[in-house]
Amino acid sequence: MGLFILRRLGVMLLTALCLTFVVFFLTNLYPNLEKLAKTQGNFRMSEEQVDTWLSARGYTDNMFVKYGRWLGVAPGWTGTTTEGKEIAQCYGVDTPVEDRPTFCGVLQGDWGFSLVFKDDVANVVAVRLAATGKLMGFVLLVMVPMALIVGVLAGMREGSGLDRSLSTFSIATTATPEYVSGVVFIALLASSKFGLSPVLAEAGWIESKTLFSGSATKAVEDATFANFTLPVLTIALYGMGYIARMTRASMTEVMTAQYIRTARLKGVSFGNIVMKHALRNALIAPFTVIMLQIPWLLNGVVIVETLFNYKGFGWLLVQAAGNNDIELLLAVSVVSVVVVLITQLISDVGYIFLNPRIRIS
Amino acid sequence: MDPLTWTGPLGQILDPALSVIAPVFALAVLVQIVMSVASAGERVVTNPDGTLSSSGGAYGMSRMATKWTGLALVALLAAYIALGAVGGPGLAGIVGGMSQQLLPVWIALIATYALSIVYKRKLGLYGKLFDSTVGMIGFGLVMFWVYAGIMAGVFDWITTHDSLSQVSGMKNKSPGTPLFGAEEGEYAWYLLGGDNLARDVFSRLFKGAWVVVQIAPLATLFAFLAGVTLGLPAGYYGGRLDTVLSFIANLILAFPVILLFYLLVTPEIKAAGIPAIMGLVLFLFPVIFFCVLLNSRYRTQPSVRTPLLIVVLGVMLWGYLSLNTENGYLINSENFKLPGLPTWLDGINPDPSVLLVFVSVVFVNAPTVFRIVRGLALDIKTRDYVAAAQTRGEGPWYIMLWEILPNARGPLIVDFCLRIGYTTILLGTLGFFGLGLESESPDWGTTINTGRQLIRAYVHPLLPPAISLMTLVLGLNLLADGLREESLKD
Repeated sequence: MGLFILRRLGVMLLTALCLTFVVFFLTNLYPNLEKLAKTQGNFRMSEEQVDTWLSARGYTDNMFVKYGRWLGVAPGWTGTTTEGKEIAQCYGVDTPVEDRPTFCGVLQGDWGFSLVFKDDVANVVAVRLAATGKLMGFVLLVMVPMALIVGVLAGMREGSGLDRSLSTFSIATTATPEYVSGVVFIALLASSKFGLSPVLAEAGWIESKTLFSGSATKAVEDATFANFTLPVLTIALYGMGYIARMTRASMTEVMTAQYIRTARLKGVSFGNIVMKHALRNALIAPFTVIMLQIPWLLNGVVIVETLFNYKGFGWLLVQAAGNNDIELLLAVSVVSVVVVLITQLISDVGYIFLNPRIRIS
Repeated sequence: MDPLTWTGPLGQILDPALSVIAPVFALAVLVQIVMSVASAGERVVTNPDGTLSSSGGAYGMSRMATKWTGLALVALLAAYIALGAVGGPGLAGIVGGMSQQLLPVWIALIATYALSIVYKRKLGLYGKLFDSTVGMIGFGLVMFWVYAGIMAGVFDWITTHDSLSQVSGMKNKSPGTPLFGAEEGEYAWYLLGGDNLARDVFSRLFKGAWVVVQIAPLATLFAFLAGVTLGLPAGYYGGRLDTVLSFIANLILAFPVILLFYLLVTPEIKAAGIPAIMGLVLFLFPVIFFCVLLNSRYRTQPSVRTPLLIVVLGVMLWGYLSLNTENGYLINSENFKLPGLPTWLDGINPDPSVLLVFVSVVFVNAPTVFRIVRGLALDIKTRDYVAAAQTRGEGPWYIMLWEILPNARGPLIVDFCLRIGYTTILLGTLGFFGLGLESESPDWGTTINTGRQLIRAYVHPLLPPAISLMTLVLGLNLLADGLREESLKD
């Protein structure tokens, strides 16, 4: 078991290195650097000026050297600007000579500087990640119980009316991507001219103009029912259908097992069979699915945070990618890759622990 | 001219009926769900686990209620569509206008269903689809959009106005507004209103359907060819090849899709020639696939194989080069140029932005297909017929492509349907972030993106593409479900 986890961690590390290198390579292609030089320097730079601006900051070096610098295994760049000023990656001009470090990269805990937010990348990412953590927490809180209930109810009597309606419902939710359901929710519930809100406002049932708010910007500090419901519901609904279908499949399989039949023949009531005999075994498979669904939620988070203007990690990703903020983008991709790999690891390890057939043998 | 109402004069008769039947149906469904849990019936049925329980009774009555109100509802909706198609906007308002414009689609759908149901016993798996209600509904939804897309895109039938032209005075006008200063011969209304640039929402909706109907199945097909070409040897040979290919596939899958799109679909990356290289690699897989497919089959008959391969390889290589060549170059970046076909031979010239979107969607989908095919190959290679083929002395590629692949077709067809839906969602995502396709492109994702700026004031330009996308993906999901159910029955 220990060896298994160790080997998985090794593969994880390799994957993370490869992926960050790919991101690094794509963001450091010459046309991107040229754009960077022009936005950071000035827009009317000639090609030579762009070249000197880039080479003074070490951007024109070999790709692997640059990647090593970002990682912190190669010495940071030093150079002189056209005005003859000394500049360096790892220290400012006024840092005393003996305090000047040679390496400054991720390994030294230095994630770089975000050009868009004018702040340390580590700070920016930490703040936004906390905001998204809150969103994800609520999403999981809504999504997982709902999906499990729908799946178990649908799977306990295969082919019944309940099964058919709940299965159709879960198929419908998987067919509705976040940008569709989000838009429909805003139109129906958060528009002052269309849908439910004008009707309710006329009847005097709600105090504000709209039932829910279509913008979740304020929810980062102060999440209320009105401004946080729609984003949470939008993500939860799309992720829910898949988990529910997997739970249903697992539940129907368990319900045809021999021991369930034995229990029924012994005269155990249907409710007791479902609650005491079937449920525990039926919930092993959905655990894996839920874990693997978390990276998928990340996509939903990006869409929903853009749609509802909730300034979290997904919004940060869009800002970093849209402005080619190289160091921020690298940090963002490291975080998302780590999330993907860790959830995969947890799902594998968790499956082994939960499943007595594997655990005991 | 007066603005159209949603259902016109016909609505005065049918609307009250609808407002009675629809809530009753909803209530009946709800009652049925509750009854299926709460009540014991009177008829004895055998459960899958071998035990008995009773049905009928109160539950049976609620089921009858659902069935009949449901039928009444369907009949009523069919009446709107049929009478609307005959009477047009004058009789049935906006619904009538739309139904009349969609007349060729209705005819094509009815013909497809009539022919398929008559000959369903001779049509294999496709015919069996018409035994399952879910599959039939799904197939109907999908074919509606396929026909609508083709008819709007190729024949220019359904649309009422040009999808790009702007008409002054029609900005953000609500559905059914008469065209401001309409001339003779012009369609007199904006059926679904105008968008923020005063273009007709209805026409753009169906032009957008054409974009989706073109790209999504084709991109899925290319992803499948790449996934199959790599997944079969990975599963069949195993070993180091499998380890390396699986690692690469997992690498791509670990990327958040949106980050990948943002990295790939920018003008800067395009200038660096990365998409061109990816296109060169990804489009090579169909060529390899078909050559190996034919070679492994006819290897023992050189007189058939050699001319066949020369023709097929020639045509496919021309297609491959022609698809990848843009202005005489395969790769055209600042410091690296690779000349391609001369312009007079360059027959296929897709829009570069469409090609870029296409390549990235294929790239994102291929690893998942690879994993599915690899898993299936791992399972099937232990079967007796594979051992028999090995004993006969068949080559490994013959076994992979002519023994394993045909036996893996069931799950692959089902996944193909689901994956077209997923590709549609991905295309919408790209449009939603304004990546790839031009901002005036009528595709649904881009329309949702432009519409969401004014979402709280004007909903009508936004809802039609959103609901269309949902129905198409829902149709594909239901179709896949029906196919899975029917293929499991054997």
